[in-house]
Amino acid sequence: MKPTPLPPISASAPDKTNGVSAPPPRQSSATSKVFASIRHALRRLWSVMTANRKVMAGSVIVSIFILVAVFGPIIIRQNPFAYTKDLVQPPSSAHWLGTNQGGQDVFVQLIVGTRSSVMWALITGLMVMVISVAVGLVGGYLGGVVDDALSVITNVFLVVPAFPLAVVAVEYFNRSSITIAIVVALTNWPWGARVLRAQTLSMRSREFVTASRAVGEKTWRIIFLEILPNEIAIVAASFITTTIQVLLAVAALEFLGFGDNRAISWGTMLYDAQTGSALFQVAWWWFAPPGLCIALLGAGLALLNFGIDEVADPRLRQLKRRVRRGKAVAA
Amino acid sequence: MRHVIRRIGIYLLAIWAAVTINFFLPRLAPGNPAEIVYDRLAQHGAVNPATLKALELEFGVNTTDPLWVQYISYLNNLIHGNLGVSTTFYPHNVTDIIGQDIKFTLVLLSVSVILSFTLGTLLGIVVAWKRGTALDTVLSSVMTFFYSILYPWLALMAVYFAFTIGWFPFSDGYDLSLTPGWNLDFLMSAAYHAFLPALTLIISTVAGWMLTMRNSMVTTLSEDYVLMAQAKGLRQRRIMFAYAARNAILPSVTGFAIALGTVVGGALLVEIVFSYPGIGYALFQAIQGQDYFLADGILLLIIVATVLMNLVVDVLYSVLDPRVRQERSA
Repeated sequence: MKPTPLPPISASAPDKTNGVSAPPPRQSSATSKVFASIRHALRRLWSVMTANRKVMAGSVIVSIFILVAVFGPIIIRQNPFAYTKDLVQPPSSAHWLGTNQGGQDVFVQLIVGTRSSVMWALITGLMVMVISVAVGLVGGYLGGVVDDALSVITNVFLVVPAFPLAVVAVEYFNRSSITIAIVVALTNWPWGARVLRAQTLSMRSREFVTASRAVGEKTWRIIFLEILPNEIAIVAASFITTTIQVLLAVAALEFLGFGDNRAISWGTMLYDAQTGSALFQVAWWWFAPPGLCIALLGAGLALLNFGIDEVADPRLRQLKRRVRRGKAVAA
Repeated sequence: MRHVIRRIGIYLLAIWAAVTINFFLPRLAPGNPAEIVYDRLAQHGAVNPATLKALELEFGVNTTDPLWVQYISYLNNLIHGNLGVSTTFYPHNVTDIIGQDIKFTLVLLSVSVILSFTLGTLLGIVVAWKRGTALDTVLSSVMTFFYSILYPWLALMAVYFAFTIGWFPFSDGYDLSLTPGWNLDFLMSAAYHAFLPALTLIISTVAGWMLTMRNSMVTTLSEDYVLMAQAKGLRQRRIMFAYAARNAILPSVTGFAIALGTVVGGALLVEIVFSYPGIGYALFQAIQGQDYFLADGILLLIIVATVLMNLVVDVLYSVLDPRVRQERSA
C-alpha cells in the first residue's frame, strides 16, 4: 500500500525564477514572478486545505488555534497571574470565563496558555519528527548493520511504555518546558521512525534513487534531498499524529505538576485547578475550558490527518455510489 | 520460528535497556535516597552521622565502588527479587508494596482494556459496514473528538459529576471501613469504586480502537473476496464478520500491542485522579516523596509487564495471521 505523495505545499519556485528571468527589467519581472509563484503556492495550499470536508474542518480549527496563539496574548494584554479580589467567581461580563482561587481571570490564562501549549506541542512534534526522519531514512536507505542496529533500538523503544518512563525521567531533572519537551520527544519517536523506514525500504530500489547513485551523488544528499521530498506526505501525516500525542503527553505531565510553574499553559491550568480543588468548589469554568481546548485542537489535527489519508488513499473516501455499483454488480 | 526468536531477542533487549536506564537515572540525579531518609529521621530527632553511613550502606549509594561493581550488585539484587527499601513507606520493601497494589491495577486495567477493545472493534465493524450513513458520520465525528481528549481531564470531569450528583465514589479503591478479603461485601464495594475509573478509561480508549478498525475494515471491504462473497449470496452478517472483519482485525491486534504502553500510561493517570490504590498512584506518591527505589521498581514492573503483553500479542498475531508463521511478512 503506497499512498500517493501529495502535491508539495511549500513554495519552492522563487529560487528557480530568479535565474530564469531576463536581465534588463530584472527588478519588476522578478518580483512579479515571485508574486505569481507565491500566489500559485497559496492557491495550491488552498486547494489542499479545501480538498474535502474533513481537511477543511481540520484546517479551520487548527488555524484558529494558531492565530490565537500568535495574536491572542498581544490583543488582550493582561497579566494572566494578576490577582484580584473576585475569588472563584462564575463567568460574568467582567471575567468571561470566571476567576480561579487567586482571583486570576481564567479567560486571560486560557488565551495566554494557548501560546505555550500550541508552541510546545509544535516544537516537540518537530523534535520527534527530526529524530524519526533521521533514524527511519538513514536505517532504511543504508540497510545492513546500521539498519539492524537502528531497528533494534526502534523496536525496543516501541515496546517500552512512553508515559511512565517520561514521568520518572522528568522527575530527575529541573522542571521546565524544555525538559518536558526533550523527555516527551525522546519517548515518542519510534512509531514515526518505523513507518518511515518501511517507506524508505520501498523507495530505495526506485529508479530515481538508482540514477542519483549512478551520478555519484553523496549519500546524505540522496537520503535527504532525493528520498525525503518523496516521502513528505507520510512525514506530514505522522507529524500531525505525533503532534496530537505530544500535545496530550505534555499536558498530562504538566497536569501532574512537572511543568514550569512560572509559565501558564493548558496543562498547568489543569494542575492549578486540581491542586486548588476546583472540583469541590464546583468551579467548572476553571477546569473545563483548558481540557476542551486540548480536545478541540487534537480533534482538529486528527480531522486534518484523516482527511489527508482520504486524499491519499481513495478507498477510504465515503463514495456511496461506488459501493452501490459494487452491490449492483454483485446482485 | 526465526521471527519468534527475533521478537524474543528484542523483548529481552527492551528489558535490559529498562533495567539499565533504571540503574543510571537515580545516579544522574542530584541528592541521594539515604540523605532523604536521614533528613526525615532527623526531624524526629535521634540521629548521628553513623545513621547516615548505615543508611547509605543499606541503600548502596555514595559508595567508593566503581560504577560497574554497583551495576553488577544491582543486577544481582534484581535477580533475587530485591528492589530495595521504600523511603516513603520505610521500612517496607518495594516488592511488598508493589505486590499489595498490583491487584487493583491488574483488575481495573484488564477489565477496561478488554471491554474497550471489544466495544471499539464492534463499533468500527458496524460503522465501516454502514459507511456514509448518518450513523457513521455522527459516531466518527464524536469519536474523533474523544480520540484526542486529555485523559486526566476526562477523569476530572467524571469526578466533578460524581461529586455534584453524588452517584459514584470518586476516591479510594474500596470502602475503607471494610477489610480487604474474598467476601461479597468487599468485592461489591471494590467494583462500585472501580466503576468510574474504568468508565473513563474505556471512553478515552474506545475511540482509537473504533477508528483503527473502521479504516482497516473499509479497506478490506473493497477487496475482491468480499465482492465474491456478496456475489455468492452469503448472508450479510457472515460477510461482515467471517470475511471482512476477520481480515481487517489484524492492524487492530498490532495496534493493541502498541496501545498497551499508552493504556498503562492512562491507568497511571486514572489512579492519580481517583486516588485509586494501584501501582500508578503508588508511583506518583513515590515521585512526590522522592522515593527512588519505589519509583524505579514500579517503572521496571510496568515495562516488564508491557513487554510480556507484547509477547502474548505476538503469539496471538501469528495464530490470527498464517502469513507470519510462514515468514513471508516481516
